[in-house]
Amino acid sequence: MKLVKVYVTLKDSVLDAQGEAIKSAINTMGYDKISDVHMGKYFELKFASDYQELENDVDKICDDLLANPNIETYRYEITEAE
Amino acid sequence: MKLAVVNFPGSNCDMDLFYAIRDGIKQAVELVDYRATSLKGFDGVLIPGGFSYGDYLRSGAIAVHAPIVKEIIRFANEGKIVLGICNGFQILTELGLLPGALIQNEKSRFICETVDLEVENNQTIFTSHYQPKEVIKVPVAHGEGRYYCDEATLQELKENRQIIFKYKENINGSVDQIAGIANKEKNVLGMMPHPERAIEEILGSDDGLKLFQSLINPEVKVND
Repeated sequence: MKLVKVYVTLKDSVLDAQGEAIKSAINTMGYDKISDVHMGKYFELKFASDYQELENDVDKICDDLLANPNIETYRYEITEAE
Repeated sequence: MKLAVVNFPGSNCDMDLFYAIRDGIKQAVELVDYRATSLKGFDGVLIPGGFSYGDYLRSGAIAVHAPIVKEIIRFANEGKIVLGICNGFQILTELGLLPGALIQNEKSRFICETVDLEVENNQTIFTSHYQPKEVIKVPVAHGEGRYYCDEATLQELKENRQIIFKYKENINGSVDQIAGIANKEKNVLGMMPHPERAIEEILGSDDGLKLFQSLINPEVKVND
């Protein structure tokens, strides 16, 4: 099996309100050296090992569903899975 | 006139919208299931507020792949009425029928209150019964209502007069205080505030009623 790990994050131009709220909580916990927190989403997709169109499909799935190109970017890694 | 109110799993303002059409403007209205594949016989389609698919992934992102959506796109392209309120607005942006996106409010909290809106463009089938720049009271109820678009898109929205409603006070951090926008052709409107919750004085405001009245009598009455 192939395991595709997809990471979706907000574009830099978009204020990450959740990241900001989390950062403020971390500061309250006493960690004052932290300068930035960004929140994103993580997905795991499994495919058959011999599937040739994998990257093509993953790009389309990301563009059409997992990420919203207006506000988000994505990247992914393809790894071997059991 | 006969309007469809689409019911997705997790929609929760469908009956408010149904009531606004049936009792507010006394027109024919039917609830249409998200699995339906035809909107034949309807003059317009209304997408209600709520939390379709539990807001999983992103608000509106999953609803975009429901069977009824092909018909919503067809209506938009044929110039028929398409109105998305709150989650309906989020669905329309996810679909690409309206530009931009709706994301978490700037200050991390759910906002549930009646706010002042300004009618930015009253020359549309949705707003022809409002005065230019009329200030109306309409409730909002959203956690992800901050309208975002890039600078080029904002310029385009301004040039084509696609900004239909603005918040008087920027409650959620929206770009240019935008509360509602239309497509270029002005037959597709998305807005975060809930006009269907403001159709009778007993509800605190009936300022939303004129939006629905404009639909059945769209001739532009008020000069800009």
